[in-house]
Parts: sequence; structure tokens; C-alpha cells
Amino acid sequence: MDRIPILKLGEALLVTIQVDMHDRLAMALEEDLTTRIVEHAAKGVLIDISALEIVDSFIGRTLANIAMIAKVLDAVTVVVGMRPAVAITLVELGLSLPGVRTALNAERGMAMIRALLDDNGLTSADES
Amino acid sequence: MAASTITIRSGEDVVRVRQEVRRTAIEAGLGLVDQTKIVTAASELARNTLDYGKGGEARMEIVQAGARRGVRIVFEDNGPGIADIELAMKDGYTSGKGMGLGLGGARRLCNEFAIESAPGKGTRVTIARWK
Repeated sequence: MDRIPILKLGEALLVTIQVDMHDRLAMALEEDLTTRIVEHAAKGVLIDISALEIVDSFIGRTLANIAMIAKVLDAVTVVVGMRPAVAITLVELGLSLPGVRTALNAERGMAMIRALLDDNGLTSADES
Repeated sequence: MAASTITIRSGEDVVRVRQEVRRTAIEAGLGLVDQTKIVTAASELARNTLDYGKGGEARMEIVQAGARRGVRIVFEDNGPGIADIELAMKDGYTSGKGMGLGLGGARRLCNEFAIESAPGKGTRVTIARWK
């Protein structure tokens, strides 16, 4: 089965969703990310959805689940790059993405993750 | 006018419905936000057809009323049907794995929405989005 690639970037994991995800692929991403967060003791997860043309209730639920699971595993999740038409549609659909932090683009998202880790005193310095 | 039918038997078919609705909406001249709304609504309904209706089909076409153009899609299955449509339309109500936004959410995203269903008779949902 297809898998969405997960990259490690320092203490964060980076996912760029570039395909129109069917439901099983979204579920596989949730599982894979959970495994990788533990494997790498990742502190942040950045999910770039700028290529996604829609976010329906299933994809939205998957993003919310990932954020909740990551939180339980002591990592923060930031979803970046949502298209304007997707944002309008999400709100009308009634999806509020509870617990999901968002940023306009990947650069701001990474800055947000770094700031959150700094606030919690979780920068790489305390790992040495 | 362009019309097409997609059989819904798997998750990949739901993706195919999204792509075909997008293509039809572009051909009908819908703007980006309207395209996104009807594709999202179609994704919710195609998933319902698969998960609750045990599979079925989506028939879509470009429709014209005077100078207005739009896209109309009919989702039909021969599944168990819905006993209480009013309850099923409510936000937060789900009998499965979704968020319970499928039917109510799809209705909010469209200009027209009609549902016909009865226990043992399957379900037919018709939606349209106009330019």
C-alpha cells in the first residue's frame, strides 16, 4: 500500500501531503506518525497540507487525532498551508479542528514549534 | 451536457468521485470556492454510500437553468436505508467512524439538497451547486 513519507528535521517530524488521500492512507499516516514520534522522541510534528484541494470530515478528524495522539506523546502538532477555499469550506462544513494548531506556511509553522519548545524548556540543550 | 457515473466500491472510488466532481465543476464554470464546497460535499456523501450504503454509485451532470449553470450529483445505494432521516441529518450524529458531519455538512455546502430513504429501500441523496 502507498505510504506518505515522514522526514525527520531535528526534533521535529515533517509530513507533506501531496496526494489526494483515500481513507486508508490517512489512517496509515496516523499510525506511521505515532510510531515515528516514539522512535525519534520527536517533540514537534509539522504537517503541510498546501497541496490538499479539500479537507473533508474524515481528513479533518485524522488531523485532529494526530494532534491528540502527539500531545499524549509529548509532541506538538502544527498544520500549515491550508488553502483559502479549504478554510472557508471547513468552517461551513462545521469542522473546527479541535486541538490542532495552524500556521500559514511551513516556515511559520517551524518557528511556532521552536517557540513552543523554548517555552517548555525543551530545546535540544537540555538533551545533552 | 457532460454526464458521468462512478461506481463506489472502495476508498479509491471515493477519491475518483472527488476528481470527477472537480472536473465537472470546472467545466460548469464554478469558481474555486464553489468547486471546493461541492467536491467536499461529494466526498462526504460518497463515503456514506460506501460505509453505510455498502456501495453504490454517483451520477453527475452539468445543469442549466436560464443563464445559470451548475453541477448536480445523485448518490444512490441499495443499502439498509435510514430509519430516522431527521436524526441522521443532525450534526454530531454518527452510526459509524465519521465525525457525524456528513449529511448535515454536505447540506450546508450545497444550494440544493434532497434525501430519500427508507429501511430496506436504500438511500438516494441529490445535491446541486450553482454558479
